[in-house]
Amino acid sequence: MNFEEFAAKPLLAKAGIDVPPSRLVTDAAAAGSACEEIGPVVVKAQVPTGKRGKAGGILPAGSAAEAESVASKILGMSIADHLVEKVLVEAQANIKQELYAAILNDPASKGPLIMFSDMGGMDIEEIAEEKPEHLVRHEVNIQTGPDGALLKKDIDSLVPEGVSSDAVAELLLKLYNAYADNDAELIEINPLAILEDNSLLALDCKFVLDDSAIVRQTEISANGTPDKLTGRELAAAELDLKYIDLDGNVGVLANGAGLTMTTMDVVTHYGGAPANFLEIGGEAYTKATDALKLMLGNENIKSLVVNFCGAFARTDVMTEGVVNAWLELKPEIPVFFSIHGTGSVDARKMLKERLDMTSYETMDEAIQAAVAAAGPFTGGAS
Amino acid sequence: MIIRNTDRLLVQGITGKQGSFWTERMQEYGTRVVGGVNPKKAGTECCGVPVFGSAVDAMKNGGEFDVSILFIPPLGAAKAASDAMQAGCKKLVCLTEHIPVRDVMNMMAEAAEHGTTIVGPNTAGLVTPGECFVGFMPAFESSIFKPGNIGIISRSGSLGTLMCLNTVQAGYGQSAFVGIGGDPIIGTTTLDALKSLDNDAKTEGVVIVGEIGGSMEEAAAEYAATMKKPVIASFIAGGSSPPGKKMGHAGAIVMGNKGTYQSKKIALEKAGVEVLPTPSGLGAALKNSGIKAN
Repeated sequence: MNFEEFAAKPLLAKAGIDVPPSRLVTDAAAAGSACEEIGPVVVKAQVPTGKRGKAGGILPAGSAAEAESVASKILGMSIADHLVEKVLVEAQANIKQELYAAILNDPASKGPLIMFSDMGGMDIEEIAEEKPEHLVRHEVNIQTGPDGALLKKDIDSLVPEGVSSDAVAELLLKLYNAYADNDAELIEINPLAILEDNSLLALDCKFVLDDSAIVRQTEISANGTPDKLTGRELAAAELDLKYIDLDGNVGVLANGAGLTMTTMDVVTHYGGAPANFLEIGGEAYTKATDALKLMLGNENIKSLVVNFCGAFARTDVMTEGVVNAWLELKPEIPVFFSIHGTGSVDARKMLKERLDMTSYETMDEAIQAAVAAAGPFTGGAS
Repeated sequence: MIIRNTDRLLVQGITGKQGSFWTERMQEYGTRVVGGVNPKKAGTECCGVPVFGSAVDAMKNGGEFDVSILFIPPLGAAKAASDAMQAGCKKLVCLTEHIPVRDVMNMMAEAAEHGTTIVGPNTAGLVTPGECFVGFMPAFESSIFKPGNIGIISRSGSLGTLMCLNTVQAGYGQSAFVGIGGDPIIGTTTLDALKSLDNDAKTEGVVIVGEIGGSMEEAAAEYAATMKKPVIASFIAGGSSPPGKKMGHAGAIVMGNKGTYQSKKIALEKAGVEVLPTPSGLGAALKNSGIKAN
């Protein structure tokens, strides 16, 4: 779950990292009065995406009148398909230099990774590729937490003159606490500013909460930005189904993430276009009826492929759900089955008896038939 | 990471609905289950084996085990894993999906300390056809699993099952199926599994079933180029998935230029591994490999 700047920065402040004074507002007049209180400000669009600056979503203002006029420009803008509905009005800072600091869950070392660079303001992937000598990667033993002395030694050569490595290491230790206490997948300060007086100030913050930890981080998760979902995706989330809308015309229903992705891939391989990702594996495998109802609400679907390969999920249970839904909804579109694995003998028998349909011998045959039945795909929904 | 019928298995969470259902399937198939754990039901019996209060208790009081499997909900998994490792468990199979990553990292650190190998989290388990299995795989389905000489590594249970089915349909069988799991951070990686199959006497060739996200397939490809046995083919799921979206598995996500299908395909092909456009291509790849079905 992503946190926008206004929701992420309080996590830094709570950990003892300095952030500029700011106010979150939703209309231009309030931006003006915020500026009156704070002094010269930067007005920053709050949307769950990077590249706000390049899109013109971050502008300075020296006076209340200017802040109001700048805010009225930014509010209502669209940045990467996100409508700007709120802006952060934040005190300007006298920046001498910009640094980069982040902590994330690292699959390679299977533990926390602190990243630090003196090339703040740049994209971290760019730093890693173009100036790797300006990036320190410090692996942390999660059981003991970071060792301040070792950390200081690692970052020392990149800490600019005028600032002490102790101060930067201390900030990174505070950042580690914010990361650990809040079950972060990623916490990033970019840029981390060195001010004219050599103090450190976090000018932006990105925080991603581990989705699996939302259940035990209920207090902060309320401040995160839910994924922008379509109506069907929202309905699926409520049913605890993993569903993603795509813009093709072949409906896909399969069990398990790997098999569902594969079904989409094979639809694409045979020249078709998948209309969705929908898996009913894991604990959700009994929800075939709900899943099918949801999916058939998409009017772009011209044919449907049902691809079950039972392991944990029993194909007879899933097939029964599909058959029930099919008899109830009586959809007009053609459906093509491929059923293998646990319970497949019973599942195939049920399909024959109740729908007078037969499972294809291979997944590829079922998918090719579905692609042919859907006909040529003429473009997206819009 | 190959399971044998001499390995003694402890089932943590044996008394739950899934725990007892799959324990019975494992016992029927030949897995040597020596006991289970449920702190609230210590002293009772389940599936014909004693239930202990903890893994440590099992180890001390007649339930000595080599391998433990967790049928434990997400927020309790790290504690159960810790119990198993403190008891001296050397292999731990963690089926649970949606464990907070912080807990997973703690499990991994503890495993490194104790010298425990963790498989998963979010795996469907391990199968040694004709011998035993640990997990929730349909080992008992003869159309899917048959003793043989092909080792199969998969991040996905459902897709791994399909690849096993295609193996049997082509007339081959498996020496071992290693489900490694769909989480972003897992104990046994594609590379780890590949190394153990390379050293397994029964395995003559390997199939790698990967998916988008992370860089495990790239790391495995480097080793594949140097190993004794051929990696016959690979299928990577998610080539048609939109970037930036988690495709069911927490680990299956393309972020910027990281974890892409192309990157994995290029790495594997550079190592001389055929990357199949559809799982159905596996039969032909096996037949062209020069390896005889046994």
